[in-house]
Amino acid sequence: MKRALRYIIFYGALLGLWTLLAELKIWPPYLFPTPWGVAEALYAGFQDHTYWIAIRVSMYRVVIGYGISVVLGMILGLGVASNKFLEETMGGLLVSLQSLPSICWWPLALLWFGLNQNAILFVVIMGSLLSVTLAMEDGRKQMPKIFGQAGRNLGASGFKLFWYVLLPASLPFIVSGLKQGWAFAWRSLITAEMLYLSLGLGQVLMMGRDLNDMSAVIAVMLLIIAIGYVVDGVVFKGMERHLQNKWGLAPA
Amino acid sequence: MSTQSVPQQFPIPVDPRLPSRAGQKLGPVSVRRPRVSTSLETAKVGLSEICLSYRTQSGERLLALDNINLQVRPGEFVCIVGPSGCGKSTLLHLIAGLHSQTSGQVLVDGHPVQGPGTDRILIFQEHGLFPWLNVADNVEFGMKMKGIPRSERKEKMRHYLRLVHLSKFEKSYIHQLSGGMRQRVAIARALATEPDVLLMDEPFAALDAQTRDLLHDELERIWAETGRTIIFVTHNVREAVRLGDRVVLLTFRPGRVKSEFPIDLPRPRHLEDPAVALTARDVLDELREEINRSLEAEYNAGVKPHIEPGVEA
Repeated sequence: MKRALRYIIFYGALLGLWTLLAELKIWPPYLFPTPWGVAEALYAGFQDHTYWIAIRVSMYRVVIGYGISVVLGMILGLGVASNKFLEETMGGLLVSLQSLPSICWWPLALLWFGLNQNAILFVVIMGSLLSVTLAMEDGRKQMPKIFGQAGRNLGASGFKLFWYVLLPASLPFIVSGLKQGWAFAWRSLITAEMLYLSLGLGQVLMMGRDLNDMSAVIAVMLLIIAIGYVVDGVVFKGMERHLQNKWGLAPA
Repeated sequence: MSTQSVPQQFPIPVDPRLPSRAGQKLGPVSVRRPRVSTSLETAKVGLSEICLSYRTQSGERLLALDNINLQVRPGEFVCIVGPSGCGKSTLLHLIAGLHSQTSGQVLVDGHPVQGPGTDRILIFQEHGLFPWLNVADNVEFGMKMKGIPRSERKEKMRHYLRLVHLSKFEKSYIHQLSGGMRQRVAIARALATEPDVLLMDEPFAALDAQTRDLLHDELERIWAETGRTIIFVTHNVREAVRLGDRVVLLTFRPGRVKSEFPIDLPRPRHLEDPAVALTARDVLDELREEINRSLEAEYNAGVKPHIEPGVEA
């Protein structure tokens, strides 16, 4: 109850400050929109289905791109963690590649895949693949050895060992990496969408810029934040809580 | 604690090839059983000239196990004792097929071991249960890997949980159980895959004394009723004498078989039995030499005994 009150006070103050600054009219409204201007833009965007379509398209892309990243990243991470040669060679490459913003792949992606959705997916994958790979590698190393031994001892081997033992055993250690991978995927997607007529949220945001409609720009920004927040809070928090209950880990 | 105290409505499958001790009258203390000579061919588990060496981080080769020969009869309960660092746990891992030896052979029923197999199940000191599965799924795990149908799995899982008195905890997760309960689940999980040989790596070392006593009784009972072969590693001599048909003493680095003690005391035994204590003393006398050698090695390796000023050691 007290927490709710603190939230209300904080966001109320933030909104008040925004309103105040807008009302003082220091900047013209097309540079500094009012809160209700943004609210109107949001309402209008949902009313004419622009935002619904944009959300659907963007979510579809991020789910596909992130999904591919998770599968590939787990295989790669497991390979790097269990092979000395790969660890020494590819391990360093992976870490250094992570400092590269995924949008740098955009020009190459355009040439390789053409001006279409695949180029966007490629950028999304490059954005989140490394996080997942590094998380999996780390998780595989941190995972107590005894689980693998017990699994093999009880007759699990090959894919069964991976699926029934190594993967669930490493989940608590990779969940934060998976979360980070998701955040990177979401950011890469929006960036790539801003560069290309693509129906997604990124493009709707750029459309606001082209029309000099800052209310719409901020409205879409709020949408992007909200979706990121909801996925984090629902999917990943849920996963973490589930793992904590099963493993008996203290809530982080 | 008598071997007849288990309710009869839960029949326990007994390997027909193995001699059962259920209901067997155990004689008075001094009756010595005739020593059956066991050859590599008739042994359940046979270790033949096992050597294991590995390279340490500083690059030198360390001989961990040196020419280990050991024959374990079907249905026998063998305890292996030795100072820490003698390679007794490693020996179990070799039998389990989780590591391979540098030279020599591990034979099970006369066949060389190549990798893990569900005929030999290892029970770890730290139980090794899967925290992402509940108790029932843990016990069923081995059977699931074998492809045993669900209904049969459930039936066996219930049976073995009853055997370790944990029927009410089917749905619990591992972290909700006490240390003793976890080891009982580990025993149930091992038995559920119906192995011929149970390999136990200091399974009760981390438990409090009362729980350990209780699990000794349960293990002895389960062993008597199922006729499994058990190879039990411990550093606790009393525990070894209390449980084993035979106690095998390993030397400190490299691990060699120093001596073997047949334990012909009547069962069920208790840790406080004077005869157990007396026999344990004989074993301990020989073990002490090895412990001293292991301490010497520790000190020479730069680990000097040191006492904080003002703190009573």
